[in-house]
Amino acid sequence: MHRKTILQAKEDLKQKKYSAAELTEAIFQRIKSVESKVQAFVHLTKDIALSQAQEADKKISAGLDAPLLGIPIALKDLICMQGARTTCSSKMLDNFIAPYDATVVDRLKKAGAVIVGKTNMDEFAMGSSTENSWYHPTMNPWDLSRVPGGSSGGSAAAVAAHECLAALGSDTGGSIRQPANFCGVTGLKPTYGRVSRFGLVAFASSLDQIGPITKTVTDSALIMNVIAGKDPKDSTSVNIEMPDFMNSLERNLSGLKIGIPREYYTSGIDPEVEASIQEAIKTLESLGMKKVEISLPHLQYSVATYYIIACAEASANLSRYDGVRYGYRSKNSDNLLEMYMNTRQEGFGEEVKRRIMLGTFVLSSGYYDAYYLKGQKVRTLIKQDFESAFDQCDVVIAPNSPITAFKLKERLNDPIKMYLSDIYTISANLAGIPGISIPCGISKKNGMPIGIQLMSKHFDEESLIAVGHQFQLNTDHHLKQPSL
Amino acid sequence: MSEKIDTQKIAKLSRLKLTDVESEKLGGYLEQIIDYIDQLNQLDTSNVKPTSHVLPIHNVFRDDEASKSKNMDYLSGAPSNNKGHYEVPKII
Repeated sequence: MHRKTILQAKEDLKQKKYSAAELTEAIFQRIKSVESKVQAFVHLTKDIALSQAQEADKKISAGLDAPLLGIPIALKDLICMQGARTTCSSKMLDNFIAPYDATVVDRLKKAGAVIVGKTNMDEFAMGSSTENSWYHPTMNPWDLSRVPGGSSGGSAAAVAAHECLAALGSDTGGSIRQPANFCGVTGLKPTYGRVSRFGLVAFASSLDQIGPITKTVTDSALIMNVIAGKDPKDSTSVNIEMPDFMNSLERNLSGLKIGIPREYYTSGIDPEVEASIQEAIKTLESLGMKKVEISLPHLQYSVATYYIIACAEASANLSRYDGVRYGYRSKNSDNLLEMYMNTRQEGFGEEVKRRIMLGTFVLSSGYYDAYYLKGQKVRTLIKQDFESAFDQCDVVIAPNSPITAFKLKERLNDPIKMYLSDIYTISANLAGIPGISIPCGISKKNGMPIGIQLMSKHFDEESLIAVGHQFQLNTDHHLKQPSL
Repeated sequence: MSEKIDTQKIAKLSRLKLTDVESEKLGGYLEQIIDYIDQLNQLDTSNVKPTSHVLPIHNVFRDDEASKSKNMDYLSGAPSNNKGHYEVPKII
């Protein structure tokens, strides 16, 4: 039962093959049997889930329907759900109980979803391996000695290990797409402004976006139909016509142009990853897509630009953790300033401190123009690269990561090497465009999943869903599962 | 970046108390990452406008209408509270 996709489970629930309560019990049974190995969750919300499942069963008996009625879903632990802990995998928020629902949670609840728990992540979403969690690392279900990617590593691992049918993650520089890639599942980062960020604990406000991690592209479309759309509580969410994303699934790809950025396939990419992506391009050509070579000349500057902007915004956003209104407070302080300094010293982990320091530096007097303003200007160039690329093609195809999932601790002591593993995903956040990660093979060397990334222009998630779904109809990479 | 970064000053601005070991490690990190970031100087951006927000939305207004606020117990999450107020150590 736990291996079902959302679409399959919806059909089964409708036909009363099993109840929502039984499905939820099956998920918790699965969690019980694999969670000690995977450690995808920070905490479970079993009581809430069981009552939501019973509620769903009542509705199903009454003949009612809703888009996610009775479907067990997990939330990355930086998305607020009223009455549940929301820790961001940080000591700073270990005891924080969210006083309200994030808009996405409100929408999931209204759509009938069953929330099974909160998933592990890099502290405050800062990292690419989920090793920066204050609680524990998460293991990749395909090989427990490897990382699941990050920062939404818990969400991706939980979906790959069938500990939920789908999960929500957040993506600031690749944090949905890279872990989805590492765990062999589908991950969609929507256009900036497509999904409300109200109730998402902020990391870098001009880059953060919530999106689904699922077993198939169809399931991503189902979730997008629920979570996307203008929200008055998030003034950066955009009032733009909401398509029915399910309608994109059957679009004919014939004549659509697929852009191959020449800069993405130069140095540093694993030959096996590259070969697998070339194979995927051939499949897409066989479906009628036309290949076009494009250029994104500022790719090499994206990581540097990202760390200026993301850290600058983070240093401002994380100033709220001062031990006054919520979260952790140091007990050993005689005055207010000392309390702030000690609280932040004791409450934040190493990577978070690094980024606050870097962000504070690039915003500090005397360095603002040389770093922060420079970063914003290069951001314009990166955005323009994509604008001209989309004059020539409909969808850009690229890797998500130059390598497959690496071993735990392999990169932990080299932050810059860790940052560079995000080179292929970061530019979509800087440009604000949507991107999707889809499985496209398994490494013969280490048995780990390989993925492709598709990107499209602002608010054209429909093309990503169309191309991704047709790819999954014609391949079986997304059906491969870890033998956990 | 030719001059040395004043790690203690940045830590103070960041409201972070650092141990000597942390200070040294973070100083090394900052120098390393700034070195890497300095590659942006290869680009001439004198005629490029900065991007702070990717979408063409500016001021977002709403009608000034009263609505019911959510009844939330803000103080319940506070590390220390007293008579309906947040409580903090002495300021002066």
